[in-house]
Amino acid sequence: MGRITLDKVTKRFGDAEVIPPLDLTIEDGEFVVFVGPSGCGKSTLLRLIAGLEDVSGGEIRIDGTAATELPPAKRGLAMVFQSYALYPHMSVRKNIAFPMKMAGMPKEEQERRIDNAAKVLNLTDYLDRRPGQLSGGQRQRVAIGRAIVREPAAFLFDEPLSNLDAALRVGMRLEISELHNRLETTMIYVTHDQVEAMTMADKIVVLRAGKIEQVGTPLELYRTPRNKFVAGFIGSPTMNLIEGPEAQAMDAHTIGIRPEHLDVSSTDGRWRGTVGVAEHLGSDTFFHVHDTGLAEMITVRADGEVQLRHGDTVYLTPQDGKLHRFDEQGLRIA
Amino acid sequence: MATQHSRSAARVMISPAVLLLLAWMLIPLGMTLYFSFQRYNLLMPGAHPWVGLMNYKLFIQNPAFWTALINTLLLVGGVLIATVVLGVLLAILLDQPMWGQGIVRILVIAPFFVMPTVSALVWKNLFMNPVNGLFAWLLPKLGMAPYDFLTQAPLASITFIVSWQWLPFATLILLTAIQSLDSEQMEAAEMDGASALSRFWYITLPHLSRAITVVVLIQTIFLLSVFAEILVTTNGGPGNASTNLTYLVYARSLLNFDVGGGSAGGVIAIILANIVAIFLMRAIGKNLDA
Repeated sequence: MGRITLDKVTKRFGDAEVIPPLDLTIEDGEFVVFVGPSGCGKSTLLRLIAGLEDVSGGEIRIDGTAATELPPAKRGLAMVFQSYALYPHMSVRKNIAFPMKMAGMPKEEQERRIDNAAKVLNLTDYLDRRPGQLSGGQRQRVAIGRAIVREPAAFLFDEPLSNLDAALRVGMRLEISELHNRLETTMIYVTHDQVEAMTMADKIVVLRAGKIEQVGTPLELYRTPRNKFVAGFIGSPTMNLIEGPEAQAMDAHTIGIRPEHLDVSSTDGRWRGTVGVAEHLGSDTFFHVHDTGLAEMITVRADGEVQLRHGDTVYLTPQDGKLHRFDEQGLRIA
Repeated sequence: MATQHSRSAARVMISPAVLLLLAWMLIPLGMTLYFSFQRYNLLMPGAHPWVGLMNYKLFIQNPAFWTALINTLLLVGGVLIATVVLGVLLAILLDQPMWGQGIVRILVIAPFFVMPTVSALVWKNLFMNPVNGLFAWLLPKLGMAPYDFLTQAPLASITFIVSWQWLPFATLILLTAIQSLDSEQMEAAEMDGASALSRFWYITLPHLSRAITVVVLIQTIFLLSVFAEILVTTNGGPGNASTNLTYLVYARSLLNFDVGGGSAGGVIAIILANIVAIFLMRAIGKNLDA
């Protein structure tokens, strides 16, 4: 079980309020991703839940019991750190056994759980090595193994993939998602990478400056961002935000259109512009279109087969119902 | 250093330094060896006949030799244990954020800047003196008789004085090592349910093993040759209760004017120091491998 409730949780460092009063409920078995730009307080929030930082106000409840004053070890949560935080002088086996040893668990039970975790994480061949002899991905798995054997109420991940190279990151992303499906344990995952958030989350919490901007499933956030910040943060390449007469014509301060919702034509369309840089990914091509009179640059995602050169004239047409409208405060106009 | 030319140029350039170092070390060593095989006593002028291993035999057969050997090991061992144990504890203490941290750190390091003769004399006259010393004043207040430290426990007192001098060194090295400990490791251990004591035992201490090795090795080199502290406090006495090998060599060559015997003692001290070094490297040298 792992239902975590934050009630008016606040964090101040001296005079600086890092997290203003914040309410959030994380349901049992959910995969929740905290996402936001660096310095938005997402790691601090995770550390508050873990108990590694003291809250300045408010209450944290885990499975209905008050956990605000509990020390980290008593909260029944396991954390995977960005630097993995493996114990360098212990073998993989001892690293994984450490939390159980601290809990005074019988040796046979320890062995059983270690073997189990090693099997799940493909670590059986490495149990007697030291962390220094492992690759980044393997170290990451050891860190997860150390978390699994405790059978915690929830797993906390603090940017666990940011030290891995791109290919490994995709692999580990899948492994963590599969692990979640198999264990069905609550997971809270902190990242600044919106791709990780979109691909893994059941529920995304977008944070900015300690405030929750929006909570929702990945597709909710993608389809109906509540404000300009979420609109610009979720989706890659980022949404084109257009101000000025074109927006006013639609009774909005700003209108937004995602690059994939623009139709490209070389003969006619709603907006006219000049092709700048083209980024060919094979399946898709991203065109940077200038001189549209809408914004500095409009990004368009077109099929990989579309042939346009630098300096060509293009016409862009937004797809029906895909335009987002925002008011002066940046809030979505329904 | 890529080309043949630059390599040979480099050799030519460093050769004066190498030659100087060689001369600096080899000539004294050679002369010590040379004298150690002669009967060479300043009180008996005249010829210095070769006597083979006589000087070595006499030095080892001297009952003071074994006492000195044991005293040397006790002194080195005692100071190592005291400085490492207290050094670890002090380093942990100094690592805690506190008010006036900078000044406290400087104060802790200060004893290291006091030269050995001065610090030993300060301890002898101002603290341990059975009549005028601070302890002689303090102990009766606690209902105890004044204690003549340097007479009744000479070796322990010297061990204490030397430990006081070397504690800052150990603390400083261990403090820098503690500061390099990854804080996420500590937090992970905290999440894993380790108590403060377990965290110290399973995380901090293993992390410090390399620094402790460095402290032990460096201190051993200097502690094997402790001399000034003994000279100014007990003169190796009472009897030879606080005589170590260095002091015995000094007594032989400069108090008995026996150059040959002193040289033989010096060579024996070199051999013993190397034996200690081999044991140390066997025991803890593996900690230095990355």
